[in-house]
Amino acid sequence: MLTVEGLRSAYGRIEVLHGVDLEVRSGEIVTVVGANGAGKTTLLHCLSGTQPVSAGRIHFRGDELTTVPAYRRLRRGLAQSPEGRQIFTNLSVEENLRLGAFLFTDERVERDMQDAFAMFPILREKRNLVAGGLSGGQQQMLAIARALMGRPHCLLLDEPSMGLAPLIVAQIFEVVESLRARDVTILLVEQNAYGALKIADRGYVMETGQITMTGPAAELIADPRIREAYLGI
Amino acid sequence: MDALLQFMLSGVTVGAVYALVALGFTIIYNASDVVNFAQGEFVMLGGMITVFTYQAGLPLPLAAVLAIAITSLVGVALNKLALEPARGAPVVSLIIITIGASIFIRGAAQLIFDKQLHRFPSFSGDAPIHIFGATLVPQSLWVIGGAVLVFIALWLFFTKTLTGKAVLATANNRLAAQLVGINTGWVMTLSFALSAAIGALAGVLVTPITLVGYDVGVGLALKGFAAAMLGGMGNPKGALVGGISLGLLEALTAGYLSSQYKDAVAFIVILAVLFVMPQGLFGKSTTERV
Ligand SMILES: Nc1ncnc2c1ncn2[C@@H]1O[C@H](COP(=O)(O)OP(=O)(O)OP(=O)(O)O)[C@@H](O)[C@H]1O
Ligand SMILES: [Mg+2]
Repeated sequence: MLTVEGLRSAYGRIEVLHGVDLEVRSGEIVTVVGANGAGKTTLLHCLSGTQPVSAGRIHFRGDELTTVPAYRRLRRGLAQSPEGRQIFTNLSVEENLRLGAFLFTDERVERDMQDAFAMFPILREKRNLVAGGLSGGQQQMLAIARALMGRPHCLLLDEPSMGLAPLIVAQIFEVVESLRARDVTILLVEQNAYGALKIADRGYVMETGQITMTGPAAELIADPRIREAYLGI
Repeated sequence: MDALLQFMLSGVTVGAVYALVALGFTIIYNASDVVNFAQGEFVMLGGMITVFTYQAGLPLPLAAVLAIAITSLVGVALNKLALEPARGAPVVSLIIITIGASIFIRGAAQLIFDKQLHRFPSFSGDAPIHIFGATLVPQSLWVIGGAVLVFIALWLFFTKTLTGKAVLATANNRLAAQLVGINTGWVMTLSFALSAAIGALAGVLVTPITLVGYDVGVGLALKGFAAAMLGGMGNPKGALVGGISLGLLEALTAGYLSSQYKDAVAFIVILAVLFVMPQGLFGKSTTERV
């Protein structure tokens, strides 16, 4: 579904991705784990087109995506729930969800919104409130729900557990896992390596802009190097 | 009593012009957080282009439409040529760019047109309408009606249409707007075109009353800015109420005190309001933005 080859990207003259190769197959949950500043967020922004790529190629569902402008990538089926949530803080919860389906005007929009409310009932309760007033966990739910409103084939999720209480984190991971049943392929970026590897099929380990290890999630969890570096066991 | 009504009628007329300028500020501010100080120049261009195309022989309605269209293009060009290349610069720098642009447009207008004051005929004649002893020129009704219609259209646009929401979303979070599929570059183009068109419309409507010259934009931009601040920057309702209030304040001061004091009194009142309510009357510190 998604193939990345030799991807390089820089901020100004400082290169932070030094040739990343990665693949996500249809129906998979794939996770990229790595420490602070490894380049995970940069990778996702390259995939979404909101960060320039200096070399390499991105293929998605058979098409080359590398030079497609950011706002056209959701049309191709690639959505992102970005780091820091990035909800529309001045707009209501419902307006945020409606804008998630900006590309669509058919009657499915309303159905998808009801689905989102079923997935996160608290959002239904707060649908008319300004999104900036939501708690961190609720904002994260809104960010995921908004991304799903765009009817993606593949969802890029950047640190959905960041700064949230353990109970909420568990709830969010549960929802992510449930997306499998909706035919949404997932690329999940996390510092919470244990939580991510537990729900993932495969994983990649990223260190200072490069992939240093990859394999089935179960194997990575069992790997002594990973246990020491990322799981704190 | 008659005098009071007379002052209020002229205050509302002037206020409607301020409201139109403030509404223009609102759109660009909503889309980009930039206060566009070239907004007054759009008003001037609307008036001047109508004057010269009308003198060249075009029928007045056609001249007006042409003026609005050309001014919209100037607005789009301002965004593409001056603001887009500086994207990512602090908002203050962008605002200074708009001040530079306003000086440039004024200079260009002086060269292309001239330094005289001009007018064209009122749309519905000049026979005054008598209302309870006060009088009103018919053109005033065009100005007031124009401001109210533009306000209603904008209010519907921002609250009821997905495109309007896309403009608000772009202003609120450009990154997220792109991620949901909004072409944010196009949203900026649209905002500048719309804002310039509204400014030009104000120029077309008011020229038969106040006349137009290459340098009328500066004062209008300041007054429109003050009106927008008074109402709460970014809020169409605020722009309308702020504009009309400012016009009334000026007219009443000029009528009962002295026209020398009208600007000063207006600004003192605005400062007092902002001191108590820093976000303006309808500012966005309250939860609602539009
Ligand atoms: N806007 C920016 N300008 C300059 N450098 C940046 C910018 N954003 C990130 N960087 C740098 O790029 C590198 C990769 O950052 P990135 O945010 O992609 O890492 P990350 O793996 O997502 O980290 P985290 O786990 O903290 O989210 C870091 O060294 C960071 O300092
Ligand atoms: Mg990150």
